[in-house]
Amino acid sequence: MTHSILGKTSGPEAIRPELAQPGSELPPPPKARTLSRPGSTSLRFGVTMLWLSLIVLLPLAAIAWQAVDGGWQAFWLAISSHAALEAFRVTLTASVVVTVFNMVFGLLTAWVLVRDDFPGKALLDVFIDLPFALPTIVTSLVMLAVYGKNSPVGLHLQHTPPGVWVALAFVTLPLVVRAVQPVLLEIDRDVEEAAASLGASGPKVLTSIVLPSLLPAVLSGAGLSFSRCVAEFGSVVTIGGQVPGKTEVSSQWIRALIENDDRTGAAAISIVLLSISFAVLILLRVLGGRTARREEKAAA
Amino acid sequence: MSQRLYDIRSAWRWRPVVTLALVSGLVVACQGGASDVVGAGALTNVNAKITLVAYSVPEPGWSKVIPVFNASPEGKGVQVVTSYAASADQSRGVVEGKPADIVNFSVEPDITRLVKAGKVSPDWDKDGGRGIPFGSVVTLVVRKGNPKNIKDWDDLLRPDVEVVTPSPLSSGSAKWNLLAPYAAKSNGGRDSRGGIEFISKLVHEHVKLRPSSGRLATSVFVEGSGDVLISYENEAIAIERQGKPVEHILPEQTFKIENPVAVVTTSPHLDAANAFNNFQYTAAAQTAWAQAGFRAVDPAVANNFRDQYPVPVKLWTIDDLGGWSTADPQLFDKNTGSITKIYQAATG
Amino acid sequence: MKSLPWARYLTRYVVLAYIGVMLILPVILILWRTFRPGFGQFYDWISTPAAISALNLSLLVVAIVLPLNVIFGVMTAILLARNRFRGRGVLQAVVDLPFAVSPIIVGVALIVLWGSAGALGFVENDFGFRIIFGVPGIVLASIFVTLPFVVREVQPVLQEVGTEQEQAAATLGSNWWQTFWRVTLPSIGWGLTYGVVLTTARTLGEFGGVIMVSSNLPGESQTLTLLVNDRYNRGAEYGAYALSTMLMGVAVAFLVVKTIVQLRRKRARQA
Repeated sequence: MTHSILGKTSGPEAIRPELAQPGSELPPPPKARTLSRPGSTSLRFGVTMLWLSLIVLLPLAAIAWQAVDGGWQAFWLAISSHAALEAFRVTLTASVVVTVFNMVFGLLTAWVLVRDDFPGKALLDVFIDLPFALPTIVTSLVMLAVYGKNSPVGLHLQHTPPGVWVALAFVTLPLVVRAVQPVLLEIDRDVEEAAASLGASGPKVLTSIVLPSLLPAVLSGAGLSFSRCVAEFGSVVTIGGQVPGKTEVSSQWIRALIENDDRTGAAAISIVLLSISFAVLILLRVLGGRTARREEKAAA
Repeated sequence: MSQRLYDIRSAWRWRPVVTLALVSGLVVACQGGASDVVGAGALTNVNAKITLVAYSVPEPGWSKVIPVFNASPEGKGVQVVTSYAASADQSRGVVEGKPADIVNFSVEPDITRLVKAGKVSPDWDKDGGRGIPFGSVVTLVVRKGNPKNIKDWDDLLRPDVEVVTPSPLSSGSAKWNLLAPYAAKSNGGRDSRGGIEFISKLVHEHVKLRPSSGRLATSVFVEGSGDVLISYENEAIAIERQGKPVEHILPEQTFKIENPVAVVTTSPHLDAANAFNNFQYTAAAQTAWAQAGFRAVDPAVANNFRDQYPVPVKLWTIDDLGGWSTADPQLFDKNTGSITKIYQAATG
Repeated sequence: MKSLPWARYLTRYVVLAYIGVMLILPVILILWRTFRPGFGQFYDWISTPAAISALNLSLLVVAIVLPLNVIFGVMTAILLARNRFRGRGVLQAVVDLPFAVSPIIVGVALIVLWGSAGALGFVENDFGFRIIFGVPGIVLASIFVTLPFVVREVQPVLQEVGTEQEQAAATLGSNWWQTFWRVTLPSIGWGLTYGVVLTTARTLGEFGGVIMVSSNLPGESQTLTLLVNDRYNRGAEYGAYALSTMLMGVAVAFLVVKTIVQLRRKRARQA
């Protein structure tokens, strides 16, 4: 049984495939002729491509088209304006901080959910997904209630970067947990026990056997977390306050541009944001794939 | 094997689907409406529905005036649906196709945009009321007790004072807010250098946020940011009535705010829209506006409320600056306006 | 691996504190704030005419988005699971694309495409069919963000179940439609249900995309999330919190349904 979350179809991510690395390759299917009649595959293909084009590709292409509408000059001006750069800085800082935080706490949470046992654990497990199910504007108001000016815990984080971080940490809380959990469930305890019987201490087993095998899953969850943070809008709206240079994230700047009728600028910043998301996801897939292959070689 | 097939297929229980459908059906059968006020029932016998697209802060006024309109013979059965957001954003939205029968913006240029787009008649302000049924003045809103002892425009330039005012690119309030100190410091536009210098210092050193509308600027101020909020007097009154810990100061020199209302000529409900527009100038409506915190334009009604609305030492008006057709391009043009340039240099 | 007891307790309590502060505290606070003035006021604020209209609109959008996503999602899943063809990887990537796109960017894309000054602006200008500032815009934005859910839930199930049953049915003389209805569909039943649950939850909660493309008129074009935002901006804070609590209740209900579906699925697979 594999312990890499990438590129496998059986095992944990079949149970929670929404957490598999987006675009992970399921192996090519066997050539099946049962559901196809002559020509029906091309029909199905055509219809599917038409649908996907209409819904996904066409709008994204329109953004690219609009972004270069004023030429490269206008594009460059839009993405290098003071406000745009500040927004990128705020967004990327927040995304990195929150993702690192999530990697640590997500791993710990997954560990406790799998390897520990206490009353209420099952309930906790279900509750972890709440940030997924909650509308982002509701998250924003909830954050404001807890960390705003009427905070019951005395933390006044409204209109400050930590306020934005806390909101982002809330919405991305389940991502690393759910990426690591199934892998942790499937890990072969024999290897750990063998190492222990050979005299390796607990911590040594942890760092040289368990953690490395969890690394691809942690990276995968981190990629999802980073992507989500970069793209997030609704949950930082009220607690952030859109303070330029401090809490205004790129998605808010894009919205401001559209409201001011600067469609080209909005499209340009959107392209940059999309590129960052894609680049990080691809990078993490490559890294994760390499780690997984190394693990397999070591395990073989 | 076939047993398993049966199990799986019947496991697909139609039950949750049926339940959901029943619940949805029940809910959909309930009548919705536009009113979002608790307890106020939906309007009965609606025979026309008009959409009012307004700037961000006149909601306290409209919510008082609309019921008075519905109680009157002209307004019986006319449902008014309202939308509030930043003035320029709303104006651009209507040009883009946002449905509207009557518009109420913060500043005249937002109406002019619609005239140019063919949605409002060029004669919108030629009648007796000049298209402006109510107004206000620019005030300074401070924390209760005025801890920083802010009295006038010069106090805004003190090193420890942070000023909250919206961005003029999207907000009408922002334009009024900046015209007031500009007029004061430039002696009514005669010394434009002086005025611009003041605005420049103000924006570069004391304005840190860029909220997109008057209402959002208020929210951000109430949430704890900044020491003084420049805003409409009616907005200050509204949040004081909500019990927020603020008070407002009338500077010695300030600016007269005039908020235009116009009918959209492409409206399918022209009669109802015109009736609604004309109604704003009746004594009943003017009294409602005054009660809601706005300055009435009807002199008789204004006289009744003169205690509530003090007259400043010097009240500048847009006409002193040559009217909007002169002042707007000169100060607020997207690329060449002197105040716009200050904003773009300061905040990007 | 035998772990030291103190390490185990430390980890457990650190995690419990983390979840407690991040998740439980906010939920309890909102519930308290909402129900402190009494259940009556809560009910009043979630049953204003505008709230009912918002609920109707949200449900309408779900009613349109769901069938479309189910039909095309299953079709796409079958295509990806059962056929080899060039460009399969590209198709897979396109299906996953919406996960990486910010809802604001979805709104921008739709405005740039369908707005009156957009690439396909003639649809609005010449045919009067309004997408931006109309319900179709909200529907398109919702379909975009929920597109991957059904596909990604159904596809692995199809691959795992394999084609033996379908082949058996074919050799027994079943035609394409019969095979699909009696063999394929039941086998993906739980996966499809799971995808439907995720899609519905996401559609009801969509905010960033809708706020860009909707005209936001109370009683007409406000979804539940837009109404929450409107109430907060207006200063009707309690109303915003009350509606938020209702949405949170819906979210919890979804969590429960999701868990039940997952359990049934596991049991069905083990059977």
